Amino acid sequence: MEKNNQHIKFVVGLGSCGIAAGAKELYEELASKMGNNCNASLSHTSCNGMCFKEPIMEVFYPDGNYLMLGNVHKKDVDKILEPLLSQGAIDEKFIIENSRQPDKKEEFRQKQHKIVLENCGIIDPDDIEPYIENGGYEAVKKVLNTMPPQQVIDEIKTSGLRGRGGAGFPTGLKWQFVRNNTGEKKYMICNADEGDPGAFMDRAVLEGDPHKVIEGLIIGGYAIGAEHGYVYVRAEYPLAIKRLKSAIKQATEKNLLGHNILNSGFSFHLKIKEGAGAFVCGEETALIASIEGDRGHPRLKPPFPAASGLWGYPTNINNVETLASIPWIIKNGAETYASYGTEKSKGTKVFSLAGKIARGGLIEVDMGVPLRDIIYTIGGGTSSGKPFKAVQLGGPSGGCVPENLLDTPVDYESISATGAIMGSGGMVVMDEDTCVVDVAKFFLTFTQNESCGKCTFCRIGTKRLLEILEKITEGRGGMADLEELEELSGKVKDLSLCGLGKTAPNPIMTTLKYFRDEYVEHIKENKCRAGVCKELIKFSVIEGSCTGCHLCYKNCPVDAITGEAKKIHHIDQKICIKCGMCYEVCKFDAILKG
Amino acid sequence: MSQSNVKKYLENYGNTKEASIPILQAIQGDYGYLPLDILDQVCEESEITKTHLYGVATFYAQFKLTPKGKNAIKVCKGTACHVKGADITIVALKDQLGINMDQTTEDGEFSMETVACLGCCSLAPVVMINEDVYGGLSSAKVRGTLKKYGKE
Repeated sequence: MEKNNQHIKFVVGLGSCGIAAGAKELYEELASKMGNNCNASLSHTSCNGMCFKEPIMEVFYPDGNYLMLGNVHKKDVDKILEPLLSQGAIDEKFIIENSRQPDKKEEFRQKQHKIVLENCGIIDPDDIEPYIENGGYEAVKKVLNTMPPQQVIDEIKTSGLRGRGGAGFPTGLKWQFVRNNTGEKKYMICNADEGDPGAFMDRAVLEGDPHKVIEGLIIGGYAIGAEHGYVYVRAEYPLAIKRLKSAIKQATEKNLLGHNILNSGFSFHLKIKEGAGAFVCGEETALIASIEGDRGHPRLKPPFPAASGLWGYPTNINNVETLASIPWIIKNGAETYASYGTEKSKGTKVFSLAGKIARGGLIEVDMGVPLRDIIYTIGGGTSSGKPFKAVQLGGPSGGCVPENLLDTPVDYESISATGAIMGSGGMVVMDEDTCVVDVAKFFLTFTQNESCGKCTFCRIGTKRLLEILEKITEGRGGMADLEELEELSGKVKDLSLCGLGKTAPNPIMTTLKYFRDEYVEHIKENKCRAGVCKELIKFSVIEGSCTGCHLCYKNCPVDAITGEAKKIHHIDQKICIKCGMCYEVCKFDAILKG
Repeated sequence: MSQSNVKKYLENYGNTKEASIPILQAIQGDYGYLPLDILDQVCEESEITKTHLYGVATFYAQFKLTPKGKNAIKVCKGTACHVKGADITIVALKDQLGINMDQTTEDGEFSMETVACLGCCSLAPVVMINEDVYGGLSSAKVRGTLKKYGKE
């Protein structure tokens, strides 16, 4: 869309992840080195999903040529700026895509299908104009001018869209419930409390295309008859909040939001509520309690929020990705949307690929694509090159899926059948250096910490589960512990009120199901094959490889390493705390872990 | 000073229970933590009760009742960071700063806490110092990074 300009246009990706990788420094360096060059301009966009290539910049030439460069840092600007301006030769290592080399396609971009992410990494998220130029707010206009509310709901029902927050409830049906309930007021809420560690798709959408979410909210508000809306965003996402605020302001100025939108007679007022760091607030009744100013405790359902939600009024709550799918469905038709995906899971799904994956980032694929395609074709396999062990789907509520189930298609039912859940779409890849018992312990630490304390089995049961896992990872476990884990897991699942407790044992149950032998090894042989569980491993110097460079000596936090420069070093096992620092810093692979 | 601040909070966010979280966020933004005397004043001037405000302040992880250091370090303990060795980064941070989690250095320069997930999972392990996010912060890079914030 930039090709009509008569000058060269540089665009730098400034999402949270890009900024963390140094994109802001790159942007500032480009700005200062370009100075007043009137042949070129500089602007920014958000994350295009290729986190593994950050910082990323694109170059659009007036003649239609195009370049995408990756892993470009501030220090590289001197080297590349001149050739970029004169369309000269650029070091191949930076080039991700080049319009003059059509064969050079980044594999990460294959097999993807972008609906929710169509604008992410393309438009400037701080400006409403590029969004409108790309067809933004047309869906709102179409709905307000030509579609009665019930028709909107019918359209969403036909599309087959299901809640992308994890549970997969049909969105159209949810809207219908709220529409059918009468109330003096109704509320439309966007749940952007993306708390699953390992999931960042909602952050990327809010940072990259905030107007799409706002548009989805307006359409939803119109369909269910709500004139007030909230976006509940977690406070850990300051950039998303900033961009959303600016987007709300700009949309209001254009009368696309607020009183009497585009003279249609429909008004919709939107406010942001910042979360305060409580995972349980992703649960809808806890989220409502938090907006009302209370501790985030979930309550018993029914009544469901659709009947009695915020301040007791009928309330609809949808996830960011769900709402961001709405404008596309309205513009392109429910049938088109429903033609993608599988019989029961329609459309596309966004996943965040992280952990030990070669090409980590944000992807969007049609529902039904096998996990193997995501991890190998798109993600490029493990980052270490070591064998793949498992992928954790659905965060702390989900489970580990092993290698032999990688042909499972990603749809709600198939993923559930493995014992994991689709969840919000976080995928954390693990290789053979990851210990699954340790991972289960990690998740239990998380859920135990985040349990709001209301239900006994969630509050104390998760604590007991964690203690058993600690025993096993410290080499103090017995075989009876495995039975107790299973029994208690079942109880926590059955006797907790909300999703947090009900799903908290999932990581234990799936790892026990697929990796029981590793639990048994920890117990019977006091062995952690991944070399992770500290109590079961030791670090020692491989004498033949040690060069006496002194680096481990300097970095050891407890002075457990002795040795003179250029002589073989030794680790005192009595002092060593097994932090692994020496293993990490050694440049000669001279530290043995095991 | 504090009197006028309290007035500002109530004017900006309201004086009912609904305003509890935004008010606490504003106080923490101004003071770096939640001074109990300011909370008391808020309750005296509004409809919010002390039990309610204190209950909310202690429920959410964001709120701190003790002062933070000049440089606030947040170590991400998300899944991706965990499998990529956040624990080793933490050992290095503890070693360099001489403090444990949820503590502040004696000179008041640094405080450290863990957070659930910063959402930059592809760059794990991730550490946030004040508003700056550092990706790929392995233990070996800890010393150099702290130097930027005046750590000798």
